[in-house]
Amino acid sequence: MNALLAVAGQELRAGLRNRWVVATTLLLAALALSLTLLGSAPTGTLGADPLAVVVVSLASLSIFLVPLIALLLSFDSVVGEAERGTLLLLLAYPLARWQILVGKFLGQTAILALAIALGYGIAAVALRLLDGSDVEAWGAFGRLLLSSVALGAAFLALGSLASVIVRERATAAGLAVALWLLFVLIYDSALIGLLVLDQGRILTAGVLDALLLANPADAYRLLNLAGDQAMAQLTGLAGPGEPARLPPALLSGALAAWVLLPLGAAVAAFARKQP
Amino acid sequence: MTEVVALDRLSKRYGAIAALSDVSLTLRAGESVALVGHNGAGKTTFMKQVLGLIRPSGGSVRVFGEDPAGRRGVAVRRRLGFLPESVAFHNAMTGAELLSFYARLKGCGRADNAALLERVGLAEAAQRRVGTYSKGMRQRLGLAQALLGDPKLLLLDEPTSGLDPDSRAQVYEIIDALRRRGATVLVSTHALAEIERHVDRVALLDQGRLVAAGPLSALRAEAALPLIVRLSVETCTTAAVLERIGLDAEVLERASDALVLAVDPADKLALIEGLGRLGGRLRDVEIEAPGLDALYRHLVGRLSDDGRDQETQP
Repeated sequence: MNALLAVAGQELRAGLRNRWVVATTLLLAALALSLTLLGSAPTGTLGADPLAVVVVSLASLSIFLVPLIALLLSFDSVVGEAERGTLLLLLAYPLARWQILVGKFLGQTAILALAIALGYGIAAVALRLLDGSDVEAWGAFGRLLLSSVALGAAFLALGSLASVIVRERATAAGLAVALWLLFVLIYDSALIGLLVLDQGRILTAGVLDALLLANPADAYRLLNLAGDQAMAQLTGLAGPGEPARLPPALLSGALAAWVLLPLGAAVAAFARKQP
Repeated sequence: MTEVVALDRLSKRYGAIAALSDVSLTLRAGESVALVGHNGAGKTTFMKQVLGLIRPSGGSVRVFGEDPAGRRGVAVRRRLGFLPESVAFHNAMTGAELLSFYARLKGCGRADNAALLERVGLAEAAQRRVGTYSKGMRQRLGLAQALLGDPKLLLLDEPTSGLDPDSRAQVYEIIDALRRRGATVLVSTHALAEIERHVDRVALLDQGRLVAAGPLSALRAEAALPLIVRLSVETCTTAAVLERIGLDAEVLERASDALVLAVDPADKLALIEGLGRLGGRLRDVEIEAPGLDALYRHLVGRLSDDGRDQETQP
């Protein structure tokens, strides 16, 4: 346990030292603030809660940015250490391999959580100072923070897996970019294309739900944008008649599975690796 | 238990390449052994096997009586210190930070860290980032982390490669101090001549095979390499000189006023007597004992000749 925390602490300290935390926090805060300040302008007369609007905007932003940051953080976890020549020494220490991998994952999750909480927190506080908000919208904001960290963790796990299974850092970087493109950009477009082609013959609502759960970015999107009645109204995402067909618990479960399965696969692959 | 490391007919293959084949070697408690061989001879693979980082393709490894790659591997590695070849660290951290991280991993207190840094000569650089360290300083930090937790077995992979003579002497001093404290030390190197006085035994690897193992003096006696004698004599007296010396020495080189002879080490005294009989004809003489490098080449060469013989036989 101590070794696990030591690895996690070292990863976090490295993140603070090489300014990863500062850079991501500033990036997220800058984008969140610009969304907040621009976004709150037109809402006054419409009666929508400004924080709710911001949550919707931030969720859309997070879908692109958080996976990218997570993959950049994690793709060289193992392969980078191997290439720098620090992995061999680490493996010679009295700790199990899963402790190295999970410790690094926990440290990276802490970096990401710190950056998200600070970056988005700054935006929320700024908004609170500009004008008050509903208590309910704060709940949605809290859910946004938690689910963003979970989304990040899922991509950290995917990045760790990429880092374990390849031999070269450059390959891991390429794989990370490919994962991002696939889950964040291509998947939804392909899904829409399929729906149009299929005209509801094979792709029934159930199949579509399953396909949405099979992508952590979609599970996150549905959790934040359709999971809540007020949010759903703002986004218009849930179709008429069937608002929020997938319950939040199922969506959260899908996100959790997207964290645990790649991480488990990475641990299994790392245990077999010959350094 | 006196056997700290026991390798029994150990083999390791990477695909078609045999990194180690049929290596049997035992390291007893308090013994210090040099693992000598060319680059790619299997020294690092040997170390990885002892550390339990890779599984053998054949044979077995026991460290402190346990399988280091098995369930008890963590307990084995707790009693073991390792310095990898050309050790690297996270450059953004300071020496002191890294050492306390490694101390935490090893489960030993940080109380001795300052003394450890002092011992390897890094006390003043402890608060500097490792990125600013020279290669020698990184190597010393590597040595400091290997000494954490007072290990009973130390594996040092090329600890002196790329170091200046002062730093090398310091590494050897530390090895000697460890021997005095009763730790078992395995040092891999190709600087056979330097390591000689600091180890009890030498194990020689070539292309994954253990060519020879034993005290250097015994290996040297067994090899019976000739003394090389360089004579500078009066012009055109070489034939007379050879006759006067009266040994059946092999003539390696011959010029009108110079001779290079290969003499059996057993005939050393007879040779000196013979040289005495030459009187004024002899201008100068140099006697060269077989160096360790010559011994090394001899041992490695013998093996590859054997290998060829085996291959030609159907």
